[in-house]
Amino acid sequence: MSSRNPAQRRYSRRVLGLTLAYAGALIGVGFVFRSSPPTGPLAWALALLPALPLVGIVVAMGRYLVEEEDEYLRSVESRKALIATGFMLIVTTCWGFLQSFDQVPRVDFYWAAILWFGGLGLGACANRFAR
Amino acid sequence: MKNRLKVLRAERDWSQGDLADRLQVSRQSVNAIETGRYDPSLPLAFRIAKLFGLPVESIFESD
Repeated sequence: MSSRNPAQRRYSRRVLGLTLAYAGALIGVGFVFRSSPPTGPLAWALALLPALPLVGIVVAMGRYLVEEEDEYLRSVESRKALIATGFMLIVTTCWGFLQSFDQVPRVDFYWAAILWFGGLGLGACANRFAR
Repeated sequence: MKNRLKVLRAERDWSQGDLADRLQVSRQSVNAIETGRYDPSLPLAFRIAKLFGLPVESIFESD
C-alpha cells in the first residue's frame, strides 16, 4: 500500500511524465539540430522545446503546494523550495560576477534550473536535520 | 511550543497513525508535533483539542 497521499501521487505522476517528456525533447531536438539545423522561428520553437517540461516541473511543484492539504507536509515542501531558490540565486549571482571579471568560463543559463533541482536535494537534507 | 500530545495519545493507546487518521493529517505531522519540530496552526490545534475533549491551553503551552 502506498503511504503517499493523493496530492503527492499526482505530483509524482506529473513529474515523471514531464521528466520523460524532457528526455524525449532533448534527444529529439538534439538529433534535429545535428542532422539538419532548422532556422528562423522553427529553430526558436525547437530550441525551446526541452525547456517546457522543466518549466512544467516548477509549475507542478507550485500545484502540489496548492493541492497538499496537510499543513506540515506543505511547510516542509515550501522550505525545500525556498532553500533551492536561495541556493540557485547565490550560486548564479556569485558565478555571474566571477564571469563578468573573466575569472570563470561562461555557462549556459539553463544551468540555473539544474542548480534549482540540486537545491531541492539540499532542501530535503535541511528538512531531515531541521531542529 | 511544548505539548502533551504523546501522553494523551498513549493514554488512549493510539498509535501515531491512529491519531493521524482521526485528525485527517499525515503520520509525519503527528510525529513532528509530538517531537516539537512543528507547531500546528490554530485550526489544527483546535481540532486536536476537540478530539481529546480538552481546552487548547491544557494540551499546548509556550516554552
